[in-house]
Amino acid sequence: MAEVLVLVDHTEGEVKKVTAELLTFARRLGEPAAVFLGSGFDAAKESLAQYGATKTYVADGADLSSYLVAPAAEVLAKLVAEASPAAVLLASGAEGKEIAGRLAVKTGSGVLTDATDVTADGGSITAEQPVFGGSTVVRSTVTTGTPIITVRPNSVAAEAADGSADRVDVSIELSEAAKGARITDRVVEEKGERPELSEAAIVVSGGRGVGSGENFAVIEALADSLGAAVGASRAATDAGWYPHQHQVGQTGKTVSPQLYVAAGISGAIQHRAGMQTSKTIVAINKDPEAPIFELVDFGVVGDLHQVVPALTEKVKARKG
Amino acid sequence: MNIVVCVKQVPDTWSEKKLAASDSTLDRAATDPVMNEMDEYAVEEALKLQEAHGGEVTILCMGPDAATETVRKALSMGADKAIHVLDEGLHGSDALATSLALSKAISKAGGFDLVLLGSESSDARMSVVPAMLAERLGLPQLTFAKEVTADGAGAISIKRLTDDGYQVVEASTPAVVSVVEKINEPRYPSFKGIMAAKKKPVETYGLADLGVDAGDVGTAGAWSKVESFEAAPPRQAGTVVTDEGEGADKLLEFLASKKFV
Repeated sequence: MAEVLVLVDHTEGEVKKVTAELLTFARRLGEPAAVFLGSGFDAAKESLAQYGATKTYVADGADLSSYLVAPAAEVLAKLVAEASPAAVLLASGAEGKEIAGRLAVKTGSGVLTDATDVTADGGSITAEQPVFGGSTVVRSTVTTGTPIITVRPNSVAAEAADGSADRVDVSIELSEAAKGARITDRVVEEKGERPELSEAAIVVSGGRGVGSGENFAVIEALADSLGAAVGASRAATDAGWYPHQHQVGQTGKTVSPQLYVAAGISGAIQHRAGMQTSKTIVAINKDPEAPIFELVDFGVVGDLHQVVPALTEKVKARKG
Repeated sequence: MNIVVCVKQVPDTWSEKKLAASDSTLDRAATDPVMNEMDEYAVEEALKLQEAHGGEVTILCMGPDAATETVRKALSMGADKAIHVLDEGLHGSDALATSLALSKAISKAGGFDLVLLGSESSDARMSVVPAMLAERLGLPQLTFAKEVTADGAGAISIKRLTDDGYQVVEASTPAVVSVVEKINEPRYPSFKGIMAAKKKPVETYGLADLGVDAGDVGTAGAWSKVESFEAAPPRQAGTVVTDEGEGADKLLEFLASKKFV
């Protein structure tokens, strides 16, 4: 069975949830082989083995993490040439998509991004992608080269499987071209207690109805009671109430959590484009005509400043 | 500092987008075309860099005849001239083909210190063309910039937006830079700007001018294929209650029934 390469998404060996999901998809297509770049493999090995990685290609070295995107594409291109995998799977974040794009150019392969399902039918691999903000579902195949597919977090429930994730060292001499953009600083602007927006199982978002930056504390409190990430509509980030990296929608992030809670968000098409593939949607809005109510599984017409804090207290009480 | 800004014409984000049954490409006739919003930030950033360091701003747009409107808009904001990559054979091009045609056009025109783009288009939303262009041109990739700093003497650095903050990324020009929303406040074209834009030179490149084989672009040259598509199933109408003091209780009950709490 041909290998399926899975690029491990990690921070210093702390593996992100999406990697287990990618390995789950990879097992449908062939023999999952993880690709680990940078330092921290020893910390990551167990969680890769747990989801069925049969081996792990490890490329370590300062250069790999000192330069933006291009080195990862170079390592993967080398592995594609040597291992002739059936496919390469990456996480559909900004970086995963950029690596996929460069890898596609390098290897002369087609690339599909933002897949929410990946299936094998005979010899061909089909990716399902929601497009136009989730209003249309497209099924595509790669017709040239090695299928390179980026997959959205939360697209599948990760299933454990036995693997050894044995280390296979990859030596690589980066080209000069891959060393063009040097990362000289990494700045974390907020504390990392909450889950990351793009891969959170629950997202609580606030919009225009929140009213001010200070009032976002009620959104954060509900998020914390649920163990959720915090999102914001464009109206809220435009007003400067919440940082831009939390923006959900057309020009921000696309999320598809198990539960999406929209508080004080009317649900304009721009916002819906970023969240309407969420499994369960809940909204609180004082306008009964707000378009968000067309999407909800459960909606409350009311003042979020009353309902949200009350809900937070009840959730806390219930969780004890 | 000579800058080329790639702009794309897209359907207005407020209009409903559909695929054409005939060839599974975006039905552009059914929507109102506008300049991709993220590209307006790229044009603005280019104009600001020009104000600081001099040089010329060239607009590069690949698209059908109707994309002339987007080219004119960029020129009316203040860019100096434009290149329109226009060829029937480009219809249905994927990101790989688009980056190929754009890279050939950039090489043909030549002499740029910076290639600027928006970090994604609002129709395809792949965010891969800037990285692909950097790969094809062999230039440093400085993407998802929320701030660009150039000294005008060859050093350039950006703050790259990340999930929890930003990275500082440095390179030497020439380089490819993509920008995110909110990096600046794009200017509105003035009346004077609109009048001046009508006289600014727009050069048209076809596939032959670029030395690109028609088989490598368009629907025919795509390396992936849409096998089928359909409208997503509509969501089942849910329960909506009006809060009369019990809204939070009912909401909690619902969340508990779904095992979220």
